[in-house]
Amino acid sequence: MKNHYQLLIIGGGPAGLAAAVTAANQGVSCALLDEQPAPGGQIYRSIESVPEQRAQTLGAEYRRGKELAAAFRECNVDYFSETRVWSLNREREVGVLHKDKSKIITADQILVASGAIERPVPFPGWTLPGVMQAGAGQILFKSAGVIPDDGVVLAGSGPLLLLLAWQYMQVGVEIKAMLDVTPLSNNLLAMPKLPKALLAHHYLTKGLVYQRDLKRAGVVTKIAVSDLRAEGEDNLHAVCYRHLGREHRIETDLLMTHFGVIPHIWLTQAAGCKHQWDKSQQCWRPQHDKWGNTSIEGILVAGDGAGINGAKSAEHAGRLVALQALFALGVLSQEERNKQSANERKCMQSERHIRPFLEAYFAIPQTILATPDKDTIVCRCEEITAGQIREAVANSHADSNQVKYLSRCGMGACQGRQCANAVAHIVADAGGQPVSAKSHFRGRPPVAPLTLQQLASLEEQR
Amino acid sequence: MFKQLPNDAAEKVEVILNQQTVLVPLGTTVAAMALAQGLRATRTTPVSGAKRAPFCMMGVCYDCLMIIDGQANQRACATYVRQGMQVETQQGVGPLLGDVL
Repeated sequence: MKNHYQLLIIGGGPAGLAAAVTAANQGVSCALLDEQPAPGGQIYRSIESVPEQRAQTLGAEYRRGKELAAAFRECNVDYFSETRVWSLNREREVGVLHKDKSKIITADQILVASGAIERPVPFPGWTLPGVMQAGAGQILFKSAGVIPDDGVVLAGSGPLLLLLAWQYMQVGVEIKAMLDVTPLSNNLLAMPKLPKALLAHHYLTKGLVYQRDLKRAGVVTKIAVSDLRAEGEDNLHAVCYRHLGREHRIETDLLMTHFGVIPHIWLTQAAGCKHQWDKSQQCWRPQHDKWGNTSIEGILVAGDGAGINGAKSAEHAGRLVALQALFALGVLSQEERNKQSANERKCMQSERHIRPFLEAYFAIPQTILATPDKDTIVCRCEEITAGQIREAVANSHADSNQVKYLSRCGMGACQGRQCANAVAHIVADAGGQPVSAKSHFRGRPPVAPLTLQQLASLEEQR
Repeated sequence: MFKQLPNDAAEKVEVILNQQTVLVPLGTTVAAMALAQGLRATRTTPVSGAKRAPFCMMGVCYDCLMIIDGQANQRACATYVRQGMQVETQQGVGPLLGDVL
């Protein structure tokens, strides 16, 4: 690993891989850093090693990753897998952990392609063993062929839930129930956005095909479910919910939930990039212009880490932002950048057609986000409940960061990744203000686990 | 709870999970192995001692912390199995910090 690169790409998902391929043949020194052992990110996890039959089951969209990974393998960039980025600052110094040694490297242009995480939504019992995120189920399937053995209950809202149910059905996993918490009122809110979504009818058609297949297979789907609760002492025993005014209970040892995805912003936050609340996507994302430039010169964002638009869009965004980086490096003229990126921008716009509809249709209701029961754990690490957070607000701690200092909420091992959004919603609701007026937990390095010994290895290099 | 679909193409390695030797395909994460082996909880929390298991499988929830080759607080979902690897369920903050705190 060199001490300096002209272009440094952080993240090996669709945005990062596409950016690397674009930049590679332009004669700039370029490196890509990624935590995984192989390219693909979470969406194309294990794409190079997945057995063919499993890849078929996972579908054509997943298999698209094979071409992308192959193109990346052929291109001339320094690729560092199993490498953690634990720091980034406005001087564009990057703290890297590679082969158990720390190193600080610099770059003229840095593309953060950090992707998305699942939106963590607290509900009673969500910390019990046996409760997982749907994305976790999909990663287990993609990367290891590990699937539920005694059936699974799927609950929440969003396209991934449907996709996972369909994929599980292909390999004979018993789906005990699909509990859709999307409120019926979302239909009305989403209707005005439907005409535009029809331009991307292939996505809608696919969703309808999945629904039809699941129905034919006899999978029970309950819509407009509320009061989701996981029950058990040391492990999950049952899932309880409310439907059409009645309480229901399903015995199960496995529940997978999904409430949409949000950008993974810990690195751009720690760097000090400006972030904004995206009302439609119900999350924070780094502010950026149409070329991916953040508020810090030379730090760019692309893909779901910049705002949720999906894997296809991330690929186009990766190429477009790489062209911008090449322009900033003086390798491409403005005219060349504009010309070469025109098609990418067009594709991004057409991928965007479906989004306003999806965002409105699958919007998570305020009752789920902002008013969890007082005994529900919100901060999984420090085991801080919603009631404790509201008490802090009542004690005039009116901001997420103040609540953090008072309660240790968000100070655990995950650094607030699992509670930041929920805390912001609860704090805003308890204080009678919109969540957009509230701040996100402050991000600080190291944003990835680093032992003192690994940090001290910086000194050895001097 | 979980099962692992057979993959004849993958090379298998021996991993010692809580003193039991198990055969695991290479390319499997420690968390995936633990779940496929029927382990319900992979750690207890330092705060209340509550049992926890892998939750996100992508390295952001830190609920799958285990003791791997003697090192506590390793994310089992971000660590891949190797021949001879020793994996243990972690209690609280783990053995090393536990002696100090």
